[in-house]
Amino acid sequence: MTTVLEVEDLWVKYFTLTGVVNAVSGVSFKLGRGEMLAVVGESGSGKSTLGYALLNMVPKPGRVVKGRVVLGDVDVLKLSPEELRRVRGSRISLVFQDPFTTLDPLRKIGDQFVEFLMEHGLDEASAYRTAREYTEAVGIPGRVLDSYPHQLSGGQKQRVAIAMAISLSPEVVVADEPTTALDVIVQRQIMDLIDEVKRKYKSSFILITHDLSLALERADTVMVMYGGYVMEMAGREEIAGRMLHPYTRALFESLPRLGQRTLPKSLPGNPPDLRNPPPGCVFHPRCPKATEECRRERPMLVEASRNHFVSCIHPG
Amino acid sequence: MDFETGLFGRRKKVRAVDNVTLSIGRGEIYGLVGESGSGKSTIGRITLRLYKPTKGRVLFDGVDITDMKERGLRKMRRRMQLIPQDPYSAINPAQTIGEAIAEPLVVHEKMSWREALDAAARALEEVGLTPASDFIGRRPRELSGGQLQRAVIARAMILRPEYVVADEPTSNLDASIRASIVKLLLDFKERYGVSMLFITHDIVLISLIASRIGVLYLGQLVEEGPAEEVVDKPLHPYTKALLTAIPLAGERPDLEKVYLRGEIGDPSNPPSGCRLHPRCPFATEKCSREEPPLVEVGKGRFVRCWLYLKR
Repeated sequence: MTTVLEVEDLWVKYFTLTGVVNAVSGVSFKLGRGEMLAVVGESGSGKSTLGYALLNMVPKPGRVVKGRVVLGDVDVLKLSPEELRRVRGSRISLVFQDPFTTLDPLRKIGDQFVEFLMEHGLDEASAYRTAREYTEAVGIPGRVLDSYPHQLSGGQKQRVAIAMAISLSPEVVVADEPTTALDVIVQRQIMDLIDEVKRKYKSSFILITHDLSLALERADTVMVMYGGYVMEMAGREEIAGRMLHPYTRALFESLPRLGQRTLPKSLPGNPPDLRNPPPGCVFHPRCPKATEECRRERPMLVEASRNHFVSCIHPG
Repeated sequence: MDFETGLFGRRKKVRAVDNVTLSIGRGEIYGLVGESGSGKSTIGRITLRLYKPTKGRVLFDGVDITDMKERGLRKMRRRMQLIPQDPYSAINPAQTIGEAIAEPLVVHEKMSWREALDAAARALEEVGLTPASDFIGRRPRELSGGQLQRAVIARAMILRPEYVVADEPTSNLDASIRASIVKLLLDFKERYGVSMLFITHDIVLISLIASRIGVLYLGQLVEEGPAEEVVDKPLHPYTKALLTAIPLAGERPDLEKVYLRGEIGDPSNPPSGCRLHPRCPFATEKCSREEPPLVEVGKGRFVRCWLYLKR
């Protein structure tokens, strides 16, 4: 399978007045064509920062301090502002949790979509054609282009955001909690749409989510993050059958599930203060299997079995 | 309840809640499930008399509070509380956590600040924010969403209310900590016998602590019954669709999977006949013409759907 995106040893920090926040620490992965990678983590895990870093748009006072984001033949982190503007949207795009972030409330959807396409080199006629084509491809009637964002429902706005994100056939689409703000039934519709887009256009997706069950249902590969580090990474079926990291297992057990009749157990304690992370393994203060060694030594991400990576001294 | 809405002069009547009857027993948790536009938040606020219903009555502990004036309501409201969805807008950002929790005691029980802050410290321990000394002097923005929601719950419970409306208390929180917040509310019910109206779109989560569930769609109750039954043996297509939409629904092979077309649509202009009919895969001609009544199909089990009426 061709690799469309390779992230190598990525480190992102926020240089704030109260200290340096170690948001992303040493994340590496490869994304194949037409593959969906789910980046799963709770708030503060670094998953959104990772998403922004992939488009070289980490907000200030954050900065990528180390690593490469190799999209095909270019390192996104080394591009000039001009080159970045060209690459964003056309080779790697982003769908936000809140579609209002993508859409200007004061302008018609069509005008924004067309302008976006023209900024990437299409002439007006082609831009209109493309906008209409992709609007219909995501299941909303073309006349939506004549509406203002507030006239659309949350689900429709998100469909438009997805249409714009795929209209220039980017290799990678980063979707940051794309369904979290939507109603339950619409959530399933949008995820089905993303599946269809992935299949039809062979775009690769990075799905950023706090919901492990969503990742297990939809993704090809699942990457679990905690405190800025990768805890575990494996194919969906492999990880569903065998969660090696205590955090992955705890995360799974904290989710209410349809077949279960008892209240699931949430993890005790709180996420780490990333300005002052715990020594050794970042998860050890909350880990049921932690030993003295875990306090002293930070575990490396190792391949426990074929394509199943885990960073833990006591996996399994 | 009728509402008037609309900007720039154009007014529409939105029947946010249509003929809903609910009764919540002492020490009972009732789960009201619905998506946006279902009217669930409106109902919550009507039970607290934050809104006045256009038609119908609200009885609290046998007392009709529908038309009560402000003075009487103030006394009633000390026995009721609201836990809103967003903890960050629920607490004044300029207060410390301790002050926020102590304040109701100072205002309503005429306690001194010193005594009230002591009580607040105990309340913090009760909701798992320990040691209390670590949290009492902090400001809301210094706490995570989950921690702050615990503080909001501590404040809501400090006057030992008899009735609490929890309006989507976990929707803004990570999935992994929702269960712990819900467990906290369950603990309060068991310890103090608080009755609760728990409003949510997460039908699975609520089924774990509620005794009864009511499913709302566009202002109407479409199904009601004991919580376990509604989730294990759903009747209404909308209830089935809600369950089907949950990730890993495949783990329940016994569940009849239902997929709805389209979206909820405009509450001010609901469809004719059965409100779900434009989206329902089982809709017949009758569904588009006649609105089905809510009927009792078993003990305490209600459904509003032509599929269940033998005529």
